[in-house]
Amino acid sequence: MNPEPSTVDIVIDAVSAVFMVVGALMSLAAAIGLLRFPDLLTRMHAATKPQVLGLFLLLASIGLQMRTFWVWPVLLVAWLFQLLTVPVSAHMVGRAGYRTKHLHREMLTTDELEAVVQAATQAAREDSADSPHTPMTAEDAEIESDAESAAESVGKPTE
Amino acid sequence: MSRQRVSLRQELPLLVWLVVVWCALWQDFSPGNLLFGALISVAVARMFYLPPVELSGRFNILHAIPFALMFLARVMAASFQVMYFAVVRGPRVSKAVVAVPLRSHQDLLVTATGHVLSLIPGSLVVEVDRSSSTLYLHTLNVDDADGVAKVRREVRDIEARLIRIMGTREELEALQQEATA
Amino acid sequence: MMQIVLIVTAVILSLAAAGAILRIARGPSLLDRVLAADVLLAILGAALCVDMAVNQHLNNLMLLVAISVIGFVGSVTVARFVADRREEPLES
Repeated sequence: MNPEPSTVDIVIDAVSAVFMVVGALMSLAAAIGLLRFPDLLTRMHAATKPQVLGLFLLLASIGLQMRTFWVWPVLLVAWLFQLLTVPVSAHMVGRAGYRTKHLHREMLTTDELEAVVQAATQAAREDSADSPHTPMTAEDAEIESDAESAAESVGKPTE
Repeated sequence: MSRQRVSLRQELPLLVWLVVVWCALWQDFSPGNLLFGALISVAVARMFYLPPVELSGRFNILHAIPFALMFLARVMAASFQVMYFAVVRGPRVSKAVVAVPLRSHQDLLVTATGHVLSLIPGSLVVEVDRSSSTLYLHTLNVDDADGVAKVRREVRDIEARLIRIMGTREELEALQQEATA
Repeated sequence: MMQIVLIVTAVILSLAAAGAILRIARGPSLLDRVLAADVLLAILGAALCVDMAVNQHLNNLMLLVAISVIGFVGSVTVARFVADRREEPLES
């Protein structure tokens, strides 16, 4: 770096500083969302969305700080990879979460998937009739009793 | 190999993408590296043979650029919205699962719509029904039937934009008929 | 100025990482933990980015790409595993 920074340098530094702080705040937003949201699918909103913008801002600040053009393609590729992978992993986790009932249905205002999944699981259960029956009613009652304790008991790790 | 070969023209976008990734990772766009990357990408595409993604053969850059800008703006809005919900509303945020039937039955277009929806505010794809190309979205901040209708309208609007960018001609015509009707 | 930015982002990212680790510890379910671990990886990636931007080097770039790929593969694998376990009766 040259000892006497020009005006352009100061502006670039300021912009990238703002980008870095906002990008870090996005990570913080993800963490706050993880802690404060009540169920898995809502937490997933918090886990996926701020990451994308946060990484974009941080990569942009790297690009600004390096002041060369050949780093932009690799930064763009890194960001595009994230754009492509984040929705896929979020979808996989969300799908598994919905199907394994890590979701408090009574907190949903509308649920248009429930009937479809119920029909599918019914069909699957009839296919494998010899497998032991799941005590559905007990679990449902547990969910209805109290949101937080139900979450603890349903999702208790099988140690 | 028992499966039929894809034509080079169909494979070309994939090859170009692989070369760009190769050169970007090496941070070197010199002709020699481009050539070597091209060789490697052809070898990879031949050796790890996957079912080809069916492109429609058209790509409208005039619609793509505004869409990309809108997408960036929406991603930013999404992040700040989630931040707001996380900090202010917290556990009291309302949520719903909404089924949205799509027009297109192309895998690529359904995938692209799902990706975009997962990244823009308030929606997340929970389940996809491929036979009827219906997306099931988990949405934040939807309280009543009005909200559900709004979500559905937005999703179909995004799909319409994507069809204008890279849908097939038949889908485009159907879209125009729908607009005039 | 960069030193101030470095300190501010370090504090923010540490808080975020603490939140993610807390969620990993509290659970309540396996998927919650996977999700929180994914976020923790993203925060690590953000820290690598900040390091690169402040010190103006690109040594961590491959590490960043590798981390995001590991996070992707990990959460998809675990989600598959959980989805397959659903066929068996849910023990809780």
